[in-house]
Amino acid sequence: ATTTGSGDAPAVGKTAELMPKGSARRVVVVGGGYGGTIAAKYIRMLDKSIEVVLVEKSKQFVSCPFSNFYIAGMTNDMNAITIGYDKLAANHGIKMVYAEVTQIDAAAKKVVTTEGTLAYDRCIVSPGIDFRTEEIEGYNAKTAEAFPHAWKAGAQSTLLRNQLQAMPDGGTVVMSMPLTPYRCPPGPYERSCLIAHYLKKHKPKSKLILLDANPDVVSKKPLFTKAWSTYYKDNFQYIGGKKVTQVNVAGKSVSIEGIEDFKGDVINLIPPQRAADIMVKSGLVGDDKRWCPVDAISFESPKAKGVHIIGDATALPSDGPPMPKSGYSANSQAKFCAQNVLNLMNGKPTVEFSGINVCYSAISDHESVSIAQVFNLQNGKIKSPATAISPADFSLTKAEHAYGESWLKNILTEMST
Amino acid sequence: TFSGAVMAAPPTPEMLSYACAGCHGTNGGSAGMTMPSLASQSKASIVDAMKKFKSGDRPSTVMGRLAKGYSDAEFAAMGEFFSKQKFHPTTQMVDAAKAKRGEEIEDANCSRCHIDQGKDGKDDTPVMASQWLEYLKMQAALYDSGARKMPKDMADKWNKLSKEDREALLHFYASVK
Ligand SMILES: Cc1cc2nc3c(=O)[nH]c(=O)nc-3n(C[C@H](O)[C@H](O)[C@H](O)COP(=O)(O)OP(=O)(O)OC[C@H]3O[C@@H](n4cnc5c(N)ncnc54)[C@H](O)[C@@H]3O)c2cc1C
Ligand code: HEC
Ligand code: HEC
Repeated sequence: ATTTGSGDAPAVGKTAELMPKGSARRVVVVGGGYGGTIAAKYIRMLDKSIEVVLVEKSKQFVSCPFSNFYIAGMTNDMNAITIGYDKLAANHGIKMVYAEVTQIDAAAKKVVTTEGTLAYDRCIVSPGIDFRTEEIEGYNAKTAEAFPHAWKAGAQSTLLRNQLQAMPDGGTVVMSMPLTPYRCPPGPYERSCLIAHYLKKHKPKSKLILLDANPDVVSKKPLFTKAWSTYYKDNFQYIGGKKVTQVNVAGKSVSIEGIEDFKGDVINLIPPQRAADIMVKSGLVGDDKRWCPVDAISFESPKAKGVHIIGDATALPSDGPPMPKSGYSANSQAKFCAQNVLNLMNGKPTVEFSGINVCYSAISDHESVSIAQVFNLQNGKIKSPATAISPADFSLTKAEHAYGESWLKNILTEMST
Repeated sequence: TFSGAVMAAPPTPEMLSYACAGCHGTNGGSAGMTMPSLASQSKASIVDAMKKFKSGDRPSTVMGRLAKGYSDAEFAAMGEFFSKQKFHPTTQMVDAAKAKRGEEIEDANCSRCHIDQGKDGKDDTPVMASQWLEYLKMQAALYDSGARKMPKDMADKWNKLSKEDREALLHFYASVK
């Protein structure tokens, strides 16, 4: 069974060398998303003597952050969340390879891709997530077309958006979200607010049910519960402790342990997650078979010397709540990983981590809330000396909405120029 | 064994400051219309802002929460870093008539501290040239409501000006390259 839900045939690697290595030392970066673009850029900003090859399977990257606005019809412009790689590559002298990586071979210090192999001195991997669909009975390669996850942005976002728009008024939308850890802790709650907002405005007789596999709200709880009860009490219902274990596509329903069924005219099923397929294939996931262990300073894998992993795929050694799997976290980690990879290559001491995570979440079409966190290294583990959410009186929601839009603009500009 | 875990040094000024770029842009040059650029601001103005955010003296949405995660020494290191970054010129839609009016009254009212048409600042005065107009308007609203405190000598000038003239000054500074 495929685990991506994409239904694509498995990619086949080519053994011929794609781009023979010259005298310059080379870092191969796998994955041109929130983490990979930044790692590639900062390596070149910090040391022009290193050749950087960025391998990405798509010519364009669609950002998950702000894709919920597009799904809920608050913007029709997918371009605002789409970036290409041309300017980044030209500005920093990064060599782009558009191919799928099929194997990271740490012993041979090379990555195998669908276009050929690439030798490296060090490799940085930021491949994001794939889904543990095998834990849901009845889930097959076609399920994501009927019950989109929209947890990787792009075609899946459009599918969910179109389903919502096609649904007649009076319908029921069911959202299902997995147990932690998963990509973007506040993401499902933000989506619930924006879909409820869309229904309230355009389909007032319709309702939304959010089935949370977690017993209770796991992110920004006081803020989301207030938004739900203030704005969406007539068309939204949150139910905690409901882990979907089975799907029935023909019957348009999801089931909790075969005991309780929820029927929906639109079903947004976000399956449980793990590190992307390539990490499982390359033996880089830990004993849990889900996430990749890494060193808290160099982000090097204990399983593969010279392979450094950042972003959603990782399980960082943490003291207290871990860095969330967010775009901002991936951005922060990428910069330290880049610096420490260079320090290791150049025989210099590594530097301790100090990074940020901020996630803005919209609660309506013109209001947002946020969580802001600083992280640093304490006793070999990543710890937050400061974590706080927005004030619960909603006095700053309009200003934060304006700042949130600029956050997106700045972070996507960082990634694409 | 891991190669990284042994003998790591504390984060350098660059590495501390790179973390801010997700919001403020690479090296503090902002592309977002409401987010202030930090590039080329003086060390004193950044340190002063961070201390005021941390203590709550200056109102903020997110900076107060973030500033609590850093020490005074780290503020100084980041201030030093951003002060060395190249000035970040922006191209913005400003009202030409308002910008012209602003230019006429800038010298008599603001230039003592917002030096060289806002490209520089006396002591802890931030750079305003090319700063995003939307950001300046949001901050001006905080000054007008009393939520953000002004230096006394700035208040003396600011409070005597009409609402239109204050806005004109912001259009002017945003247009300086
Ligand atoms: C709805 C939603 C809203 C979100 N909102 C926010 C937010 O507001 N703020 C925030 O900070 N975060 C947010 N996130 C989280 C954010 O999207 C992720 O944390 C971030 O994308 C992680 O970065 P990454 O580099 O680990 O993975 P990605 O950004 O997913 O990048 C992985 C890249 O690797 C490529 N790739 C994977 N495998 C291969 C392979 N074998 N060969 C070649 N290329 C490969 C992929 O094509 C992709 O381009 C949100 C997520 C969702 C789903
Ligand atoms: C999540 C977004 C975000 C991050 C991350 C962030 N900032 Fe800010 N910054 C803002 C916003 C928004 C403002 C306006 C004040 C407010 O509402 O918080 C601001 C204002 C400032 C100002 C005042 C600028 C002026 O012209 O007066 C300084 C200085 C500053 N930030 C420094 C930093 C530093 C240093 C860091 C990293 C340690 C940082 N910021 C990280 C969003 C951010
Ligand atoms: C006596 C010195 C002084 C004078 C005169 C002065 N300013 Fe300021 N200005 C400052 C200082 C110092 C700050 C930062 C202090 C603070 O608010 O925390 C500042 C901040 C600002 C800001 C916020 C910028 C930012 O990045 O957040 C604006 C807008 C501003 N001044 C406008 C003006 C205008 C318009 C005038 C003229 C009418 C003026 N100032 C005159 C010293 C001055």
